[in-house]
Amino acid sequence: MLTYTIRRLLLAIPTLLLISLVIFLLVDLAPGSPMSEIPLTVPPEVRLKMIQAMGADQPVFVRYLLWLKQFFIVEPSYIIDGWFGTNLGGDQQRILSWQSRAPVFDVIGQRLPQTLTVVGTAYLVGILIALPIGIYSAYRQYSWFDQLGTFFAMVGYSVPTFFTGVLFIVIFSVNLHWFPSIYDTTLKVTDWASFWKQVHQMALPVMVLALFNAAEISRYTRSSMLENLGQDYARTARAKGMSERTVVLKHVLRNSMIPVVTIIALGMPAVFGGAIITEQVFKVNGIGAALIGAIHANDLPMVQTLTFIFAVLIVLFNLIADILYGILDPRIRYD
Amino acid sequence: MILRSALLGAAAVSALASAAFAERGADGNVNVLYWQAPSILNPYLSSGTKDVEASSLILEGMAGFNEKGEVIPRLAESIPTVENGGVSADLTQITWKLKPGLLWSDGTPVTSADAKFTYEYCTAPDGGCAQAARYEGIKSIETPDAQTVVITFEAPKPNPYQAFVGGTSPILQAAQFKDCMGAKAPECTKQNFGPIGTGPFMVTDFKVNDVVTLAANPNYRDPAKPAFATMTLKGGGDAQAAARAVMETGEFDYAWNTQINPEMQTQMAAGGKGVFVNGFGTLVERIEMNMTDPDPALPEGERSTTKHPHPILSDAKVRQALSMAIDRQTLVDVGYGTAGRPTCNLVPAPELYASDNTGCLTQDMEGAKKLLDEAGWKVGADGIREKDGKKLKLLYQTSVNPVRQDFQALVKGWWNELGVEVELKQVDASVFFGGDPGSPDTFQKFYADVEMYANNFDGTDPEPYLAQYLCDKIPGPENQWQGENINRFCDPAYDALVKEMAATADLAKRGELAKKMNDMLTKDSFTVVALVDRGRLSAASNTLGGVVLNTWDTELWNAQDWYRVK
Repeated sequence: MLTYTIRRLLLAIPTLLLISLVIFLLVDLAPGSPMSEIPLTVPPEVRLKMIQAMGADQPVFVRYLLWLKQFFIVEPSYIIDGWFGTNLGGDQQRILSWQSRAPVFDVIGQRLPQTLTVVGTAYLVGILIALPIGIYSAYRQYSWFDQLGTFFAMVGYSVPTFFTGVLFIVIFSVNLHWFPSIYDTTLKVTDWASFWKQVHQMALPVMVLALFNAAEISRYTRSSMLENLGQDYARTARAKGMSERTVVLKHVLRNSMIPVVTIIALGMPAVFGGAIITEQVFKVNGIGAALIGAIHANDLPMVQTLTFIFAVLIVLFNLIADILYGILDPRIRYD
Repeated sequence: MILRSALLGAAAVSALASAAFAERGADGNVNVLYWQAPSILNPYLSSGTKDVEASSLILEGMAGFNEKGEVIPRLAESIPTVENGGVSADLTQITWKLKPGLLWSDGTPVTSADAKFTYEYCTAPDGGCAQAARYEGIKSIETPDAQTVVITFEAPKPNPYQAFVGGTSPILQAAQFKDCMGAKAPECTKQNFGPIGTGPFMVTDFKVNDVVTLAANPNYRDPAKPAFATMTLKGGGDAQAAARAVMETGEFDYAWNTQINPEMQTQMAAGGKGVFVNGFGTLVERIEMNMTDPDPALPEGERSTTKHPHPILSDAKVRQALSMAIDRQTLVDVGYGTAGRPTCNLVPAPELYASDNTGCLTQDMEGAKKLLDEAGWKVGADGIREKDGKKLKLLYQTSVNPVRQDFQALVKGWWNELGVEVELKQVDASVFFGGDPGSPDTFQKFYADVEMYANNFDGTDPEPYLAQYLCDKIPGPENQWQGENINRFCDPAYDALVKEMAATADLAKRGELAKKMNDMLTKDSFTVVALVDRGRLSAASNTLGGVVLNTWDTELWNAQDWYRVK
């Protein structure tokens, strides 16, 4: 298993380099200019100077190599400096966003907490809802509970979050005044009152996202359970006189979880990537909102860095999913 | 017991004292929503409206503009004019005097050296200063003493209120920014995110593109202001959600630029928690006529250049007919509601410069048809007009934007009625306004017959704006398509007027010249077909007092006067 992991990790390096080049070229070739948000009252000479100051007038390969150096050498040394108080980074140029002129990694650092709390909680809540629904729906296939579960899964999966988000705002914020429609990122949880406030403001975005996540995972759980319930070993267990509880929750569930766990692991990068639309609707201003804002403003360093980090996460969690598969299912051997 | 009553007494006295002396910070927190979130708080590194306006809470210039467009003093004692001797008689020098005893929010004194530093900061090479235009034409800045700033211009400047005037040109603290000159400017993240200023608020926390937390500046020059102790300036979402947060849920006190369609404006106003405030500036949505031929059959580098005049639109009668067929009131009703009004002018304000040109306001379909007949364009068999075998067909482009697409559809309908075939084209705003010389779809390249967008001018003086229509500002391959004369309009008589205006100081005379130039471009030649004078529309809560919408400076220009209505 170890050699397999190492081999996969080594293989990931050229893959990621290729991905970074493709992303860079794609973002660079996309039409648009960082100057498009600047008012027309700014004369052309001034615009030209601003572009030069950003370094955006350099040839594409010079900028790509500079970005590689900044991403793989300068930024890690700044991180090490931050941990151990060394001075590896010196005064080397970090990756600066064109919009804010701030180091991209500082922006990510600011954005990650709210994305992880909101999207992460939603993912967790989604899983917690999905598993019982999926298990019971499969156990009582075609019962009214199963039909209802299927209906909600279809609704949750097919209705877009920009619709449910605004719908929930209109119902719960505008009409009922239960929850705020705007997420306050400056709120610090220090006591029960502020914790309650945090729960309050997370309620709507978490509800919207959890509905979406639960829909997908509950369907996978249900189908995997159904497949295993009909297997011989389930019948054997019943024949041995085991209680239904033991048969379903011990024997069948364990085996059904193998594909579900991989699905859950594969969904993890999305937690870090944030939810572009939901974050925008509730003004959570996490990573997803940062990405879409950077795309609108043609902020190439920001888009490039964010998408590349997503690529790294996807490659990483694919590997984790594969390893988990091997651990959970003894029949699978990689060596 | 005695101690306790003594303490109580002391507490009562101090409570009374704070009530009697000042009300600064008495009204708690105010929540402001900018749906386009500020990215940086240094307006010299970004000229985006959101960034300039957010930084105007912290940074101030010598003077600013009030809601009538008049210059009002901020850090300056008074406004220098020729009459009071502040501006030299030959218009080459202006002398600003700082108010005595001014302090930065960190407690150090504001001096003339800060102003001089700001000029050097913005004009330093490799700095990419976004407001460099404000400091153009300055020969030198002298500081004879700590309170006095003398700006000498290279040539007479009839409008000397450029440098250090308005939210786009504030004074930075020299001590804070001294290591951020030139190429170092973008690397000074700490300074750019937390400038020390003289304004009513100071930054306590800044989250990029998310939220700015501000507190009342303890050294603000008026000890009773601002009434709010803290301000939260939140960003994110869209105009509709921003309007909702003020008008319907009441979570926010003020929302910037809540430009939503008229139907939704009425619906939101019914929420009853706030009001829409609007004001009109100089932003005009217009259709620009291309005076040169954009024919794709022409070789690259010759399309839309002065080498080939436009085969159809070179005829003023055709341009006039196209303008006459448009019902501007309908456009306003569909797109802007209270936030727009029909106009025929390129310069709709200030009053001094606005021409009384209203001829286009009533639609005249029959008149337009007659004009086209006169111009030789006869209706053909398929209902499309033609002349010498050439069909009257136009390509009409604009940026992707729901209101603009509605306008395109309406205008197309009217032009079809005239017998003009119209092809519509939409370009993504980031490309259309991106100015990339390699892209065929920028508004400067103008590879279309007509195009629609909005433009305005900074401050109250239209001189540089009208000077955009000089012959030598025509975009073309030789200047990487960077000119501002989008229509490729060229008239020696107009160029002469621009020269005359640059040398005229008398305001009445300047007004006359501006009107004349405006008329040459609009009602005389129909080069620019103005459609809608677009106002600013923002939403203010019923519990927020002191809001005065200002279209000449930043919208937060009087945040120091805001208070809580109790």
